[in-house]
Amino acid sequence: MVRDVNSLVKYAIFSSAVLLAPLLFSGGYLMNVLVFVGINTLLAVALNLLLGYAGQISLGHAAFFGLGAYISGVATATYGMNPWAALLSAAAAVGLVAFAIGFPILKLKGHYLAMATLGFGIIVYIVFNETVDITGGPSGLSGIPNFDISGFVFDSDLKNYYLVWAVTLVTILLSANLVNSRIGRALRAINSSEVAARVMGVNVSLLKVQIFTLSAVISSVAGSLYAHTMTFISPASFGFNFSVELLTMVVIGGLGSVYGPLFGAVLLTLLPESLRAFQDYDIIVYGLLLVLITMYMPGGLVRGIHVVTSFARSKFASEVVKNAQG
Amino acid sequence: MTVKSVKITVVALGLLLLSTALCWAAPPIKIGGLFSITGPASFLGEPERNTAQMVVDEINAAGGIRGRKLQLVAYDTQGDATKAVQAATRLIKEDHVVAIVGPSTTGDTMAVIPIVERAKIPMVSCAAGIKITEPVKPWVFKTAQNDYLAVQKIYENLASKRIKRIALLTVSDSFGSSGREQLKSLAKRYGMEIVSDDTYGPKDTDMTPQLTKIRGGKAQAIICWGTNPGPALIARNAKQLGVKLPLYMSHGVSSKKFIGLAGDASEGIFLPSGRVLVADLLPKSDRQKKSLLSFVRDYQKHFKAEGDHFGGHAWDAVMLLKGAIERGGDTPAAIRAQLERTRNFAGIGGIFSYSPKDHSGLTKEAFVMLEVKGRDWALVR
Amino acid sequence: MPNCGCETETMSHQILQYALSGLSTGAIYSLIGIGFAIIYNSTGIINFAQGEFVMLGGMMTYFFLSLLRLPMLAAMCLSILLTTAVGVVFERLAIRPLRNANPLSLVIITIGGSILIRGIAMLQFGKDTHSIPAFSSNEPLVIADATILPQNLWILGITFLIIAANRYFFYHTINGKAMRACSHNRRAASLVGIGVKRMVLISFAISSALGSIAGIITAPLTMTSYDVGIMLGLKGFCAAIIGGMSSGVGTVFGGLLLGIFESLGAGLISSGYKDAIAFIILLLILFIRPQGLFRKAETERV
Repeated sequence: MVRDVNSLVKYAIFSSAVLLAPLLFSGGYLMNVLVFVGINTLLAVALNLLLGYAGQISLGHAAFFGLGAYISGVATATYGMNPWAALLSAAAAVGLVAFAIGFPILKLKGHYLAMATLGFGIIVYIVFNETVDITGGPSGLSGIPNFDISGFVFDSDLKNYYLVWAVTLVTILLSANLVNSRIGRALRAINSSEVAARVMGVNVSLLKVQIFTLSAVISSVAGSLYAHTMTFISPASFGFNFSVELLTMVVIGGLGSVYGPLFGAVLLTLLPESLRAFQDYDIIVYGLLLVLITMYMPGGLVRGIHVVTSFARSKFASEVVKNAQG
Repeated sequence: MTVKSVKITVVALGLLLLSTALCWAAPPIKIGGLFSITGPASFLGEPERNTAQMVVDEINAAGGIRGRKLQLVAYDTQGDATKAVQAATRLIKEDHVVAIVGPSTTGDTMAVIPIVERAKIPMVSCAAGIKITEPVKPWVFKTAQNDYLAVQKIYENLASKRIKRIALLTVSDSFGSSGREQLKSLAKRYGMEIVSDDTYGPKDTDMTPQLTKIRGGKAQAIICWGTNPGPALIARNAKQLGVKLPLYMSHGVSSKKFIGLAGDASEGIFLPSGRVLVADLLPKSDRQKKSLLSFVRDYQKHFKAEGDHFGGHAWDAVMLLKGAIERGGDTPAAIRAQLERTRNFAGIGGIFSYSPKDHSGLTKEAFVMLEVKGRDWALVR
Repeated sequence: MPNCGCETETMSHQILQYALSGLSTGAIYSLIGIGFAIIYNSTGIINFAQGEFVMLGGMMTYFFLSLLRLPMLAAMCLSILLTTAVGVVFERLAIRPLRNANPLSLVIITIGGSILIRGIAMLQFGKDTHSIPAFSSNEPLVIADATILPQNLWILGITFLIIAANRYFFYHTINGKAMRACSHNRRAASLVGIGVKRMVLISFAISSALGSIAGIITAPLTMTSYDVGIMLGLKGFCAAIIGGMSSGVGTVFGGLLLGIFESLGAGLISSGYKDAIAFIILLLILFIRPQGLFRKAETERV
């Protein structure tokens, strides 16, 4: 379990906020957006495990997300499998794929790793497009059923909201525990120096592949959730652009922090919605924000917020001291 | 204050109250628009959004519908299913629209269908895929011609020339894959033999390998299914390679832009097209002529560009909704019922007749066969 | 309808045609790849905005030609100059302030920059695809039954000219030698008095100029629009990796190989999987020879 009280309190506050949010937004379209915020948070948490803690870049995570969605979608829509069973088999299959390609891919470093994962992502995307008989090709796969629990069907935004966020909250808790454990310390050791980690007795290559696989499995679960809430999927949602968007969420939110990915996912999912007012200019505003946040908040939003609050706090403290002296 | 000025003030106040009361009595009728204004399908979404806004403005300038203004709330889907779903939900739950025009692509439309069906909001899609209206969904209509109508038109033309062996070259996006599916499934009925079946990517820049392969095969004609700029490159590559086979394009490139991009290589290319390209060549008896000429003229006036049949899909959709609202009122259920009763509406894409069994409403007469001659379109008889 | 005697066409002629097509696409990939390599070698940054320079070259030329009605040569020179200016401004505003940032932030910054440039181009130039006229005639030349356009020869010729100029610059001028020193060891270079900052700026200037030239010479063949940069950029990146990130002959061979494999793959195996073939080759090379095909393995410094 999470040991220190502070982070437990944070988690409890956050969970109740998630629980109560529908009271504010229920019935509105924001409910729908918040479902996607949940899915994106899940993906960002997964990528953060790999990128933020182990320091391994991936520009192909949309592929695992897409594989999860397509395996789930095809198994249920074409072969009539139960959605829950489909989610589990998709996760298992994606886990195997990730484990198999993990060994050669994670031998690479830095930009070469970025390029290899990018290549993998594009290959998977092309396969989605070309295997028309299985995936429905570029025009997509429809008729995917919603999740259900013995007759209770998750067919509204509100129901899917609770489903998606339940999974996301559990994943956040588990990943917070993981990174505070012995494994988490080993991961951070890899991040700062692989050689040093190896000297200290960490099985570097195996651990990297394991965390890569875990990250892929979580992404696959997010894919299944996406497929069964949308009930329609098409390859365009799983391309290179989305891999970049995910990366951006993690970096903007704050690498290697528990709630960073959440901030990133919230910002990047809500941003286009609020930018609708800018019409065609939204792409420029988006690009500009990306550059500016990376330049001026190198630790991401989480660090940025921390800096601002601690600055305010110290200001306040000095005021108090001054007043006391005066 | 004199009595006179008091009187004037009272009258003015009265007028003000009256006018606000009138406004309150007739709030605008809100319709939603979902267009892929940016992203890979912006060549569809942009003219569609422009046209829809233009038509709405014109309707309002002419006094609105039953004395009420029409208001268009348009969102960009970026050709992305997730964004389309969010935008559709926003239109329904926040803007409370009574009907939706669009989306532009088959993928976006398929993603949005579960939402409009559940919310019971009529939607007139501007995308072509047959999956949209087959099987029929109660609340979903479309204005773009079914791909198989274009395929039939091409196959008829080929059959009349006694051509039997064909090579396919289709783009790997939803437009191309839908065309490819129809080309394959209708081949047998027209006695066509598909001797090669190749694809190219939407962003590819060189198709000489595919054409070299086709040139080495036994095909008597090439059918290329795609939207600009791919087919223009194919026309140029074919000319470079000296491929002498007749080249057929789809209605996806039926705009002057294609001829501009392909240049001299466009000479002698055949394609099925809506009548909008040849509005001025049509006989006076043609029932679409009036709609076509006014659309082309207005689009030229507003946007200094040629009105193409993509914009035409949105023109048709808004005008069909206008007709339905005029006849039945502005509730979603009434609009849906009236849309389904639309008969013989002469629009841009063809003459629409919807029925409970047919929500696409067009026949293959919606297409004419064109040939490029002297850098312009010529009707093939 | 006669069959134009195509049935007699032999496999070897087809393969010759595939090779010729592949060579001319490959030359473009090489040129873009060299742009990547130059920046990478002097800064360690993979510039994801490289493809946008290619787009800017083509689009600006089109607009100078069609709107300002400038003569061809003037339009080309002006767009190379302006693209170079964009590259320099990009370096000054977004890269230089971040001297000590981690590579990840730099990846994101260049991606953000590419989105920004693409967005501005979209608003400024519109979303349509455009074509510019060929430099000389459009009549295909026949080489042993395979055909090639004069523009292809232009592309090949200009590519090789640029590579020769590059080689001269890096081996026979002070600035070029200084840049090579930076690429070997930036600290050592600055200790011997080389202005590293200036070298980074020059590398951005050179690669944005190269990118725009690539965009201009290919636009008559492949046409251009605001979003052509993404895929061309990625392919150029592949070429650079196959060539071991060299800013010379290695990347040129990388690009040509990539082009030929793509073309053969599309013709003989499957046209739908053409791009997949390119990236599978990339993965294989990364797995087996991550230092590139033409480089001796180096031991990594810790």
